[in-house]
Amino acid sequence: MAKILTKNLNLWYGDFQAIINVNAAFSGNKITAIIGPSGCGKSTLLRIFNRMNDLIEGVRTSGEIIVDQENILDTDADLVVLRKKIGMVFQRPNPFPLSIYENVVFGQRIHNSIRKSELDSLAEESLRSVLLWDELKDKLHKSALSLSLEQKQRLCIARLVAVKPEVLLMDEPCSTLDPQATQRIEELMRELKNNYTIVIVTHNMQQAARISDDTGFMLLGELIEFGKTDDIFTHPSDKRTEDYITGRYG
Amino acid sequence: MRKIKEFVIEKLILICGLASIFFVILIFIFLAKEGIAVFKSVSPFNFLFGKSWYPISEPPQLGILPLILGSLLVTLGAAVISVPIGIACAVYIAEIAPQKVKEILKSGIELLAAIPSVVLGFIGMVTLVPWVKSIFHLPTGLTALSGSIMLAFMAMPTIVSIAEDALYSVPKNYKEGALALGATHWQTIYRVLLPAASSGIVAAVMLGIGRVIGETMAVMMITGNSAIIPHTILQPVRTLTATIAAEMGEVVVGSEHYFALFAIGIVLFVISFAINVTADLFLHKRR
Repeated sequence: MAKILTKNLNLWYGDFQAIINVNAAFSGNKITAIIGPSGCGKSTLLRIFNRMNDLIEGVRTSGEIIVDQENILDTDADLVVLRKKIGMVFQRPNPFPLSIYENVVFGQRIHNSIRKSELDSLAEESLRSVLLWDELKDKLHKSALSLSLEQKQRLCIARLVAVKPEVLLMDEPCSTLDPQATQRIEELMRELKNNYTIVIVTHNMQQAARISDDTGFMLLGELIEFGKTDDIFTHPSDKRTEDYITGRYG
Repeated sequence: MRKIKEFVIEKLILICGLASIFFVILIFIFLAKEGIAVFKSVSPFNFLFGKSWYPISEPPQLGILPLILGSLLVTLGAAVISVPIGIACAVYIAEIAPQKVKEILKSGIELLAAIPSVVLGFIGMVTLVPWVKSIFHLPTGLTALSGSIMLAFMAMPTIVSIAEDALYSVPKNYKEGALALGATHWQTIYRVLLPAASSGIVAAVMLGIGRVIGETMAVMMITGNSAIIPHTILQPVRTLTATIAAEMGEVVVGSEHYFALFAIGIVLFVISFAINVTADLFLHKRR
């Protein structure tokens, strides 16, 4: 069952078309990786799923993105509800300059959706789910900016999980981390996929091959190939995909 | 030859650099020398906390408490007016205004900063003062409130431009992060951007206040200049700066009154210095 379905999706920045006629189905409770060389539109595709592109002036779209029977590109789609449902982890960890605790409960505070007394248990539960609780339980009120890069990225994931989204969008979440930290974040993603639909954009083909169930390959705004990760990496049907994954360019 | 040229230029620049420090030290020594002499006739405590300023009575009464309170009242009033408006204006320019409006507003603010204080004082005298008088049914409109309103206009450009700068330099990914969690624009501003820019905003406020407390011309023209301890903001007051400006012209050089005016100068210097240092601390914290 597809969690996110794109139909004839196009996107322009001014006159430049960054996404060309993308049709794809992203399955629930799976990790889907989007790979491709720099500038191929993979981050743009990811950011359109929770309408982060709206921040950029001169963006136009056409086509549909269906999530739970609704087209999220509708002009009257409720962005607050959408972004609660579809959260995002960014390339550079971006915890707010607040305490660790305030970072985790930020989403619930702004949405006012649970009682104050429940915030503590929510913070614990969210930090546990990203395996930070034992490290940080004694310094919850320290500034989040004092953490290591990996801890910051985990905290950003915890902050997202605390809002109880259904989909996690990850935009090269490990590109600023060292290999050990990357490995640990990948383990975390495997665990999270039991409860969430994850779409990850990555530069790193090995990473895509390691963690994803499905993979899409993009080139110059087009989705060249989309299918099971094993198929894409073992016998790609398109010559360009094969060239890319065998390292002929990218 | 080239080496000599380098050497000469380097030394010239060094001298220019040292000159500014040298003059500051000279000014401070002069101020201290002339000001401290007043403490031969009045104790520092009685000078700072004395309740009456009658410098030409016999013997002169040199208590500057009314002047200090006058300055503080006018400054506080100006801060109460200019800080909320200034910060709101900065938020609007940095976050909300469309590009065109933003440019118009920014040049408007710069223009406001360019108005000479005597002109502002003059405009205040003929417009604001009668207005304050009739609204509050006062015997005179020359009050601390009039001074505060006028000074708020002078503090505003400083507060707006520095606070806007602080907001602008908040990393863009904080904003993205908040929006991606479903925060509205306003929630993003007051829960993330304002806290992130807080040290710069405090510095902006301090520098704005620093400008206000040192301001002379406009306050002298519209605060009424009576050296009494104010009980409400609707009374005439006299500030430290206005006292020096008004009385220095006719004072007998070498008299107690003369030394007292210099001592007021030291008090002002200390206040401004403290404010600037505080602002600096906050600006550095930001980096």
